[in-house]
Amino acid sequence: MTGDPKNLSCEEFQSQLADLIGSGEDVTQHPHLLTCSNCRALLADLQTIADAAKQLIPVEPPQEDLWERIELAIKRDEGTTEPD
Amino acid sequence: MPRTNPVKTDLSSADSPEQPRPQVSAGTNSTPSGDDTLARAQAGDHHAFAQLYSIHKRRIYSLCLRMVGNAAEAEDLTQEAFLQLHRKIATFRGDSAFSTWLHRLAINVVLMHLRKKGLPLMSLDEAMEPTHDDGPGRSFGAPDLSLSGSIDRLALERAVADLPAGYRLIFVLHDVEGYEHNEIAGMLDCSIGNSKSQLHKARLKLRDALRTSLQKEGQR
Repeated sequence: MTGDPKNLSCEEFQSQLADLIGSGEDVTQHPHLLTCSNCRALLADLQTIADAAKQLIPVEPPQEDLWERIELAIKRDEGTTEPD
Repeated sequence: MPRTNPVKTDLSSADSPEQPRPQVSAGTNSTPSGDDTLARAQAGDHHAFAQLYSIHKRRIYSLCLRMVGNAAEAEDLTQEAFLQLHRKIATFRGDSAFSTWLHRLAINVVLMHLRKKGLPLMSLDEAMEPTHDDGPGRSFGAPDLSLSGSIDRLALERAVADLPAGYRLIFVLHDVEGYEHNEIAGMLDCSIGNSKSQLHKARLKLRDALRTSLQKEGQR
């Protein structure tokens, strides 16, 4: 591996990417990205995914009868279930 | 839109202390009526507890569903979370928003369930380490299909559901729910480095899945 970040191969850069992102530094300023559209596109896609995840909203509600099941479980838990 | 501009990255922004957690902010105790409902539920009012369920069921179910990727299992876990809530609600002291407290309680229920199933949460990195043949998303060749700055929500939901369990867990906790790596490391009893590494691999896997999905759409 070379010591100069500018001369990193894509493989070398991408192997460091998790650490670079995790460090909180501005990865976009990494010298490798100035000359590598492939790795720029990869980083952009990862950003798009992270942004899209933040926008995910709660999905559909659970089945209507779930509350009845919970009520039953609570009653059982409290030992108040009526004997058959 | 072609992505020619420099990429603004805040991929790790959830680690910033000042970053508000995106979806765990609206506490039921944030309004007078919410306060009242919570207080009544804490005092044992069954109708008030039912109201709390009604308010929070969708978020808690969604959390469970995204964490385990299976609707029936998610319903069972939602049930267990509300049963635990019923047992513990009197101990809530308001140190955080009620919704945040409930959210964390539900996460603990899911994690306990996954541990019982034998998912090795403590050694995710080793367990999930991809081989060189099928590793996610290395992109050494020429630029090809990119996600073009936007992702269909349903496609993302599907791709998240299809992630291997360990990757899914980290991705949901960090990118969807907004927990920080140090919090996740505490929850999963792993290192912060493991959490970061797993998140990166999860995003790479998602990228692969979403690009495959786009390619299939393009072929129709």
